[in-house]
Amino acid sequence: MWIEIKTKDTARDVRKEALQQAAREELGLKAEIPETSDIYIIDGSYTTKEAELIGRAMADTIVQDFSINSRLYSKGAWIVIVRYKPQITDPAEQSVLKLVEDLGLAANSAVIMQKYEVKGAKEEEIKAICEQLLSNENTQQYGYGFEHVNVNAFLKTIPQFSSELNVLSTSGRYATAEENSEPVATVKIRKAEDRELRKISQDNTLSLSLGEMKAIQAYFRKLRRDPTDIELETIAQTWSEHCKHKTFNSEVEFDVYDGKGKKIRTENIGNLFKETIVAATNEIAKRKEWKDNLISVFKDNAGIIKLDNENCIAFKVETHNHPSALDPYGGAGTGIGGVIRDVLGAGMGAKPIFNTDVFCFGMPGYSEKLPKNVLHPKRTFKGVVAGVRDYGNRMGIPTINGSITFHNSYLAPLVYCGTAGIMPPWAVQKKPSAGDLIVVIGGKTGKDGLHGATFSSTELKEGTSTTVVQIGNAIEEKKMMDAILEARDKRLYSAITDCGAGGFSSAVGEMGKDLGAEVELTNAKLKHRGMKPWEIWLSESQERMVLAVPEKKLQQVREICEKEGAGISVIGKFTATRKLVVKHKGKAVAELGMDFLHNGLPKMKRKAVYREKKPWQPQQKKSGSRNYNEILRKLLAMPTIASKEWAIRQYDHEVQANTIVKPLTGAENDGPSDAAVVRPVFGSRKAVAVSNGINPRYGAISPYNMAAAAIDEALRNIVATGGSLGRTAILDNFCWANTDEEERLGSLVMAAKACKDIAVAYGTPFISGKDSLHNEVVSNGKKIPILDTLLISAVAIIDDIENIVTIDIKKEGSSIYIVGETKDEMGGSHYNELIGSSLEEGNAPAVEAEKSKRVFEAVEETIRGRAVLACHDISEGGLAVALAEMCFAGGIGAEAELRSIPHTSSITDEIALFSESQTRFIAEVEKGKEAAFEAAMKKNGSSYGLVGKTKGKRLVIRGSRGKIIDAGLAELKEAWQETLKW
Amino acid sequence: MVKTPKALVLRAAGTNCNNETALAFELAGAAAEQVHINELITGKKRLEDYHILAIPGGFSYGDDLGSGKVLANQLAIKLRQPLQEFIDSGKLVIGICNGFQVIIKMGLLPALSWLYAQEATLTNNDSGKFEDHWIYLKAENDSIFTRGIRQIYLPINHGEGKFVANAEVMQHLQKEKLVKLKYCDEKGNETAEYPKNPNGSLYSIAAITNKQGNVFGMMPHPEKFVTRYTHPRWTRENLPEEGDGLRIFRNMAEHAKKELV
Repeated sequence: MWIEIKTKDTARDVRKEALQQAAREELGLKAEIPETSDIYIIDGSYTTKEAELIGRAMADTIVQDFSINSRLYSKGAWIVIVRYKPQITDPAEQSVLKLVEDLGLAANSAVIMQKYEVKGAKEEEIKAICEQLLSNENTQQYGYGFEHVNVNAFLKTIPQFSSELNVLSTSGRYATAEENSEPVATVKIRKAEDRELRKISQDNTLSLSLGEMKAIQAYFRKLRRDPTDIELETIAQTWSEHCKHKTFNSEVEFDVYDGKGKKIRTENIGNLFKETIVAATNEIAKRKEWKDNLISVFKDNAGIIKLDNENCIAFKVETHNHPSALDPYGGAGTGIGGVIRDVLGAGMGAKPIFNTDVFCFGMPGYSEKLPKNVLHPKRTFKGVVAGVRDYGNRMGIPTINGSITFHNSYLAPLVYCGTAGIMPPWAVQKKPSAGDLIVVIGGKTGKDGLHGATFSSTELKEGTSTTVVQIGNAIEEKKMMDAILEARDKRLYSAITDCGAGGFSSAVGEMGKDLGAEVELTNAKLKHRGMKPWEIWLSESQERMVLAVPEKKLQQVREICEKEGAGISVIGKFTATRKLVVKHKGKAVAELGMDFLHNGLPKMKRKAVYREKKPWQPQQKKSGSRNYNEILRKLLAMPTIASKEWAIRQYDHEVQANTIVKPLTGAENDGPSDAAVVRPVFGSRKAVAVSNGINPRYGAISPYNMAAAAIDEALRNIVATGGSLGRTAILDNFCWANTDEEERLGSLVMAAKACKDIAVAYGTPFISGKDSLHNEVVSNGKKIPILDTLLISAVAIIDDIENIVTIDIKKEGSSIYIVGETKDEMGGSHYNELIGSSLEEGNAPAVEAEKSKRVFEAVEETIRGRAVLACHDISEGGLAVALAEMCFAGGIGAEAELRSIPHTSSITDEIALFSESQTRFIAEVEKGKEAAFEAAMKKNGSSYGLVGKTKGKRLVIRGSRGKIIDAGLAELKEAWQETLKW
Repeated sequence: MVKTPKALVLRAAGTNCNNETALAFELAGAAAEQVHINELITGKKRLEDYHILAIPGGFSYGDDLGSGKVLANQLAIKLRQPLQEFIDSGKLVIGICNGFQVIIKMGLLPALSWLYAQEATLTNNDSGKFEDHWIYLKAENDSIFTRGIRQIYLPINHGEGKFVANAEVMQHLQKEKLVKLKYCDEKGNETAEYPKNPNGSLYSIAAITNKQGNVFGMMPHPEKFVTRYTHPRWTRENLPEEGDGLRIFRNMAEHAKKELV
């Protein structure tokens, strides 16, 4: 039976309106979309009365009409139908089945489709509308016809389906010939030569190097047998770049050349990760601020720090770039779902308290021809935001922080998703024991998401495999999370981890590393029939976690899952054999030593090269217009700087009722916040702040400065909000174009060195991180690499919420101070981009860590001393942009003079206004508290300058030529808000 | 001895404002217990043991078939009798955000003719998307829930909050004085202007009750504002310690103490 539900003619169809607008504005088509509807094909037999009952329960009859088994016909219009591909699980199916079941009727399965009527379009326009607006070829399929469309024929186009009946027979979706084929294949590698080994790796998307294939070959030669496909897949997944971070853990021979091309030194780095990121944390961990506060670093799914005696905070930021490039909606949603599971699987599990999301996209107005299989940046942007919205909001986790950087190198977008959680100290440690049952909680295992771990280790090519893209089901994850947190508090399990990349293989392999494990694959609950053993074992189906449950507690875990409606299955047992044994129907299909699996990966040795830039010659500089009013307005309107309110308001940042500094702030709740803050324990004085720093534009001149600036920016945001360096931990997320190239790896080395130097100088430890080192689009043999990008995310404990300040100017008659030095550092600035300079021109902002630390400490002290009413860091766009933001956020203007700003060498008005020098703040100091403020500045040895007063409704700045900026706040705010107001 | 009223905070798959709703009841002097709908259906817990039923915000069953539809259907079928008795006995029911969507779609509100017949709805915001805003509300017509309130400031977080009903139902709502909160501007003037009226609700309706006055639904979230620190401008304005939303929970707890315990 099928039911079609559409909006009544008397009600407003907002979906239709949005599509109509997008067709006009984004595709430039005049086509009309007069009607949209949803079609539900439900597999069951019903009387007319029963069908009516279902229809009435499904439709909102006040604003919708439903029809049963009607023909798809409309005079004079094209009809388009769209649905998810059969291997993708539509989250709405469960809801349909639940509703029918609650009515006391039976339903086996349901297929959901969207239907659109389109008028006034030619056939090729219909195709464009289908492909660029209504469906995504990586996850969906469409069918269309003029005046009518034959749905049965459409369904038959799905290769796995031969007839409508087959579609509707429950869980028969994948019943195909392969069921009869040999479920496990043996891969002959013992006698393979190098060429064959390479081919085996490539043909199976294993992403293993020749050296690695040889190590596997040697292992199986010793065992005197060839591996099964499932064994080879297990090793490839465990050894993947995604899981092992091979590049970061490799030995690097690093050559540095000076600006004239002369080699000036060669360094041998034993292990890049350990000698930079880990070394910094080890050094800081000894200091008194962190001795008792650093709870778990690097070893778990998330880093953990102490909040108070009863609570710890876990924090993790992940990347989900490749899937988001193929399907922005599904990719972003599953990205969030994944990082939530990281936090839920840290220690014995933390309860998520906020999300942060940082994206890099191509320019929204991109107008050149797009490479094949690359979506328009605006479509990617919209899809990613919708994915975050629909998954994050449904999970009941407030999305409180983020940033969006636009640059045309990001045709391969970057999607960073972060989650923090709260947990009691006892829950930090986990330890499975031999004899514990291997229990899976959450969704079923399907053919979705195969090869994600190995796929992410390659660049995006045309015709890239799309089995990796999934559509998340937030409610499945919510049920799982609720069940797990209840089981955690009742202490019903001894260990937990998430099923992410690599699925069971990764989760069970990781948990049983020091023990051993035996699994029976047929005990897993499956979405699809006819899955091969390796597919079950490696499937990356979302919304699953693996727990180690002592046998006597299993019943209690079952009861909780039953109550919450979360799936549960027991797939095996942890053993003491130090072997991983995987069985299928009782027969062993994989048997690997844990030691080989986890420690057998041969260490890579890599070569890296870095070429220093020639010193900058200022005379090469282009000069911009001197109409600084206009330049300021244009800077405010640049997409990276402009207000992100359109995206921010689609995220729920209030759920859990603990968000005390929101992403938007000020007199009209619409100015930009530096850090966002939650207070996870009601009534407590302690709070948790989160911020981010990302400055990819400086990297073309100096990857070292770029990384230093990212740390500095994240920390400025924290300190400007009332936090302190001594209570702030950071996370690194490296997204590089392709570190298989020596120079790219060299830039990574420089960035990692900066991370170490700056973190140690500031005393802010890294607690977790992630890297994604293959981010480029390859099209027609041409590479489009991203700007190498380091995201630093900071999490800080604020000991007293009364210390919190926001960026908005609070009062008239306050004094405005600039803290920190302004230098000739226009390289990579937004001003340079605006006047058309290349990314290589100028000096990239540098961090002088020792001086900067004094600036930070001075600002911390003045905020703690309550002298500061508002504080904002100076970042993208420079001083003029920062001061403008403070003024229009507060609805109060300012008059300032540039000659009093702290600086070292002589600087022009242009530099003073727009340089992006690091470690600078603007502080609004309450009238009468100037002396206290200045005393604290002096005591800490920080540079500062009194530049003006708050006043009126205009921003007035005087430079060497008198008044150089004079603009109304409303006009500035409008410029800032207009760009991304869609 | 004053007895403490008991509030049942209902959970289902996808409910996500249950913790803060329970906390608000506790702060208001009621004892809150979070109960999963499956516990009511299996009979492990009984509705009749409580004085207040709260259906909190969230995305019950993902809102996949339109907000609140699946839970509305489930409640109307599986708990039909106990719910009817609960309401008939004068006990209190509050639906917030998704909870309001649930009870309006199952016909507990406005229930002008009879229970379980849908007469009004909450549908897609005019903006076509989920939105998070703080908005002003003015109280109209006294009620158990809004007693003592003139104007309050609360957040809305929803994608489907536009109140819609046909002219006849609207007329009844006005005549019977069932509209209790309306979106307004800072000065308390009812407004249709976006985003002060964030979703395009007809007559700026944000909350209504049934004729009996013991079933109440509202789109904004009173449980999100029980302390000054969640006000978006607490760093720039002098505010009382207690947030505007707590009043609604106090009203329920006080009424229950007097009339129901």
